Amino acid sequence: MLRIKNVNTYYGKVHALKDVSLHLGEGEIVTLIGANGAGKTTILNTISGVTPAAGGEICFRTEPVTALSADRIVKLGISQVPEGRQVFKPLSVEDNLELGAYLRYRSSEKTAAIQKDKEQVFKLFPRLEERRRQLAGTMSGGEQQMLAIGRAMMANPKLLLLDEPSMGLAPLVVQEIFRVLERLRNETGMTILLVEQNAKAALKLADRGYVLETGKVILEGAAEELMENADVKRAYLGKDKSEKRHK
Amino acid sequence: MQFDQVLQYALSGLSTGAIYALIGIGFSIIYNATGIINFAQGEFVMLGGMLTLFFLELLKVPIWGAIPCAIAVSTVAGLLFERLAIRPLRQPTPINLVIITIGGSILIRGLAMLLWGKDTHALPPFSGDEPIAIGGATILPQHLWILGITIVIIAINKFYFYHTISGKAMRACAYNRRAAGLVGIDVRRMVLFSFIISSAMGAVAGIIVAPLTMVAYDMGVMLGLKGFCAAIIGGMSSGIATVVGGLLLGVLESLGAGLISSGYKDAIAFIILLLLLFLRPQGLFGKPESERV
Repeated sequence: MLRIKNVNTYYGKVHALKDVSLHLGEGEIVTLIGANGAGKTTILNTISGVTPAAGGEICFRTEPVTALSADRIVKLGISQVPEGRQVFKPLSVEDNLELGAYLRYRSSEKTAAIQKDKEQVFKLFPRLEERRRQLAGTMSGGEQQMLAIGRAMMANPKLLLLDEPSMGLAPLVVQEIFRVLERLRNETGMTILLVEQNAKAALKLADRGYVLETGKVILEGAAEELMENADVKRAYLGKDKSEKRHK
Repeated sequence: MQFDQVLQYALSGLSTGAIYALIGIGFSIIYNATGIINFAQGEFVMLGGMLTLFFLELLKVPIWGAIPCAIAVSTVAGLLFERLAIRPLRQPTPINLVIITIGGSILIRGLAMLLWGKDTHALPPFSGDEPIAIGGATILPQHLWILGITIVIIAINKFYFYHTISGKAMRACAYNRRAAGLVGIDVRRMVLFSFIISSAMGAVAGIIVAPLTMVAYDMGVMLGLKGFCAAIIGGMSSGIATVVGGLLLGVLESLGAGLISSGYKDAIAFIILLLLLFLRPQGLFGKPESERV
């Protein structure tokens, strides 16, 4: 469904992604794990067209999408749930969801279809329905994360990119959100690329995983394999977890 | 000091205040969408007034045709300003952008002077100049036009920002451009929109105030600064706070001019501006880290 080949991305002079290649099959949940600054977020932003690749190729389904702008990417069916949720805090929950469908409104899709997807999101996250008129900024972190996911869903994506959905949330809330992701895949066949610091939870949910270090893929494999891998265990699952490498 | 007199000053202050509010909202809309203080905002006010005069006197268009034409041309000017001066900028730091808007303002003013000369002109009021008595004070029909049109414009604004997807997208952009981009909102398009809306609002302000203040190529300077002042009082909100800021400023200015000395009229606005910037830069009603809407 998504194939990334030898992608290189720079932030100014910093070489953030070095010949990264990865792929996702339809309906797969794939996770990217790695320390801070390993390039996980950069991969998502490169796919989303926020920090375009300087070289290499990204194909979504059969189309090359390497040089497309962020809105074109969303239109093709790739939505990102950004790091730190980034919901529109001064707007209501419902407005946030509507803005997720912004491009569908612009291409004058029937409001009934959009409305139906909103009901779908409410079914997935009943908490959002209870708070539909509340300002997004007044909700808890977990609820904002749900809203951020719901907002991305409103674009009717085929591929969902999630950046650290567990960040700063209580373990119980993280569980709830991961359960929803699993449901999404099982019920709608959504393909998910999940970036996580919480490697244990991510590998438990995912089918496959990639391990990144300083902008390179150093390891890939089935999630169970990675979970048993000695290096992964030591670096990301074990007690050394607190010794995160910094940029 | 008589009550009638105070009422009189307050009433005329309210209508100038409404003008400041309209101009101030123009400042806020662009500021929220882009982070720029558009110091050319006053020039769109001038364009509104001067263009109406131009269509009316030189092209002999009746007033009800001249006004929409003037708004349309000013709006196109705002659109071109964004396209030609703001968007092509390689390094759009706020300071660069602000300096460009000052340059743009000087350019527009200069062109207006070349085109229409330095004379001050009068524009006929929309519906006669028979004063209307209210209590012991009187107001002109034009004052009512100003208040009425301002209310309508603010209502339209409110509807746009809170009930249309495009308006909500603009608020989303104002709050978080990155996230707005990720849901597929074209941020540059929203910036262009903000210039279009602001220049149209500026032009309307210039047109409705023109019958009271006369029009000239440099009328935008002072009105622009007063509008900026209203926006600062309102904490750069594009909503009711800036309206209150404008009305407050208009009334204080008018009372000060009437009760102290008319020589201090402009000074009052700038003293308020300075005091606010020193003491409450977040605006009169804002909390320190309040969100810009």
